Amino acid sequence: MERIPVLNVENLSVSFSQYAGVLRKKQIEAIKDLNVTLYPGEIVAVAGASGSGKSLLAHAILGILPYNASMGGRISYCGNSLTSAQAQELRGKEIVLVPQSVSYLDPLMKVGPQIRKNAKDKPSREKTLEIFNRYGLAAETENLYPFELSGGMARRVLISTAVLEKPKLVIADEPTPGLDAAAAKRVMEHFREIADEGAAVLLITHDLELAIETADRIAIFYAGTTLEEVQASDFAEGLKLHHPYTRALWQAMPRNGMQVPKGI
Amino acid sequence: MKKWMRLFLKKIMRMLLLLLFVSVGAFLLVSLSPVDPLQANIGQTALGALSQEQIAKLETYWGVNEPLMERYMVWAGDFLRGDMGVSLLYRQSVSSVIMQKLLNSLLLMTFAWVISGVFGFVLGVLSGMNRGRTIDKAIKCYALLTASTPAFWLALIFLLLFSVWFKLFPIGLSVPIGMEAASVRLSDRLWHAALPALTLSVTGISNIILHTREKMIDVMESEYVLFAAARGEKKWEIFKNHGFRNVLLPAITLQFASVSEIFGGSILVEQVFSYPGLGQAVVTAGLGGDTPLLLGIAVISAAIVFSGNFVADILYGAIDPRMRKGGRP
Amino acid sequence: MNLHRRKHAFLLLILAATFLFLIIIIGFLCKDAAMETDFVRKNQSPSFRYPFGTDWMGRDMFARTAAGLSMSIRLGLFTATISAVIAFMLGSIAAVMGKAADAFIGWLIDLMLGIPHILLLILISFACGKGVRGVVIGVLCTHWMSLARVIRGEVLQLKQSGYVQAAAKLGTSKGKIITIHMLPHLIPQFMTGLILLFPHAILHEAGITFLGFGLPPEQPAIGVILSESIRYLLTGSWWLAVFPGVSLVLVVILFDYIGSMTRRLLDPASVHE
Repeated sequence: MERIPVLNVENLSVSFSQYAGVLRKKQIEAIKDLNVTLYPGEIVAVAGASGSGKSLLAHAILGILPYNASMGGRISYCGNSLTSAQAQELRGKEIVLVPQSVSYLDPLMKVGPQIRKNAKDKPSREKTLEIFNRYGLAAETENLYPFELSGGMARRVLISTAVLEKPKLVIADEPTPGLDAAAAKRVMEHFREIADEGAAVLLITHDLELAIETADRIAIFYAGTTLEEVQASDFAEGLKLHHPYTRALWQAMPRNGMQVPKGI
Repeated sequence: MKKWMRLFLKKIMRMLLLLLFVSVGAFLLVSLSPVDPLQANIGQTALGALSQEQIAKLETYWGVNEPLMERYMVWAGDFLRGDMGVSLLYRQSVSSVIMQKLLNSLLLMTFAWVISGVFGFVLGVLSGMNRGRTIDKAIKCYALLTASTPAFWLALIFLLLFSVWFKLFPIGLSVPIGMEAASVRLSDRLWHAALPALTLSVTGISNIILHTREKMIDVMESEYVLFAAARGEKKWEIFKNHGFRNVLLPAITLQFASVSEIFGGSILVEQVFSYPGLGQAVVTAGLGGDTPLLLGIAVISAAIVFSGNFVADILYGAIDPRMRKGGRP
Repeated sequence: MNLHRRKHAFLLLILAATFLFLIIIIGFLCKDAAMETDFVRKNQSPSFRYPFGTDWMGRDMFARTAAGLSMSIRLGLFTATISAVIAFMLGSIAAVMGKAADAFIGWLIDLMLGIPHILLLILISFACGKGVRGVVIGVLCTHWMSLARVIRGEVLQLKQSGYVQAAAKLGTSKGKIITIHMLPHLIPQFMTGLILLFPHAILHEAGITFLGFGLPPEQPAIGVILSESIRYLLTGSWWLAVFPGVSLVLVVILFDYIGSMTRRLLDPASVHE
């Protein structure tokens, strides 16, 4: 049986225009020729250096790119091409984002109402508490403001926002910075759980180790594009790596002796 | 809570200290003036109406023989006891002149303050939410136009339009001419304050619009609004859930900090409409060499402005949970 | 802004500046005509010959307006420039001379902002015994505060920035750091701040003159013209207030436009507009 991918991104490009000097115009291509495919129940990591524009991939899928950005290529969702109208309809319901940090929460709104999008009905409140319970958050967390959350709590609160609905696609944008190894591992377990429930998880991260440990497949992101997509287990073994950058990356990993080959 | 009290006291101390320095500065300025209040008004009926004691007091304040610092100390001491001296032009104590005029001005300024605050906020929010669209351009255009329009000229044009041509509003004064002060009804007062207040609102609004718009744009570009959009919240929901509360806070602060501007505008507008408020009194005092009154009004108006800033600070602390709960802002 | 609109904006900017310059020249040429009284032609409404009409002494209102605007612009240029220089110096001092200087200048700014602006101008004018000197000193002493804050913030940010700190570590001399690494960033800020000061300076000069504290009544200044017009408005001479006022607003808008355009053209992020 041929499986239909939840998400298929083909030749995606995202660019911005900017001015240098008074009258010269510059086009900045943040993403070009990016390809990635996700099937239900799997975690795919897009791994690349910090600040290389990986987050834009998430924004492009969700249809929330800034208005001075332009986008090319094709994104399809469950077999159909994803129009911006559809993205608007699906985001927050079937396609959810788990953002990077607590600054993605409204600083002036308590956590509880924020998670349930200000809904005041009883079922929503119960659902919130149920999710809190699932992630080991105390019921009082509801009444805290984002600035009162500790790093680990904030992370779990952000994940809570994702499972309020029954998502088919979860996009996690750098979900572990600032966490120690054990806490990061716990967070990744949460994502594995979500995947096991049938959702596809797109993990955008700079942490290659973590990606190898949790993801099923890894797409190496470099200079605005994905170089190649490999099975996480293959990457761990250093097998079937075609691109020189990927091989160099592998060699540079602590467990492989941290060698930096010449010319990189 | 203790921390909060300490902050509160610190702010009050700062305000009082600033006020002290303003009074020193203002005293210095009026003392520098080549206009000698006694010389300028001597022989006039003004002085004739004053008692010997009052004239003696004026001499201790403004007599050229005494050193500046000593004169200031005498003046400040009396001021703290509630004696601001005698107005040479009005032939009354400065405090009673200020009380009368201040009431008239407060009516005018409160009206303009509320109108420009509410409408400025609404227009600024509308503009910022719809950045780049026609409605934003129209509102921004209005704000830039009124920011470039001197309040006194607009007052002239309103006077010309509504009073001279359409005869809708009276030409001046806060009460109908020839009416006994006691028989003036509140409605008469409001009627006479309407046009000056309208002028002040129309021009005073521009700053509020532009600032609110700026803040609204910041909010709309924030990460939490991006996340709200990613969670499928529609524009109106985003505003209701996040935009409103985040933009209200700076708007309230701005509103209390804008007292100074409304005050300045009222001086010019009152002059055009011959509205007998504090602004007109200060112009009369300045032109007529009525030093005690000029100084009194300067200090009182600074007190009002600082109180506005003070309230803004306190409100900010009371509303923002980050400040209220003692966290870092 | 796309490239086409940018070129367009650049052109308009030059046009606006030229127009303001022309007003100064025309005002100069009209100086005598502005004072000329002729009772044969008094109280005329606008016509082809006298586009802005004439007043009760038969003075040509167009000439008076032009002369007044020219005066306003020149005064504005002078006071705004000095004000901006004060702002630049105090802002930089607050940023680099340590905590005490910063606190003192911050305190001074709060103090100056404590008295409503027009009232402060009245006090200064009163201290100077009214007249031109009073307006000039008043306007140039009371417009530096907000720009000083901007400059202070900018210098502080530059001081913290990686490349300035790196240059200092590499042993680049202080003077060199300032001229090579800091000034190029500060000059655009200073220029736009300076241009955006003009409108305020001009409006305040007109306002204080209107109240009777500024330029003397014999000067054809906008404030004087408008203040004189009040009496005649009631008898229907609307043109005495309308045209000079509209011209003043136009000049202020032009300055504002030039200022914000300069800022947008110099700011790389302006593409977002």
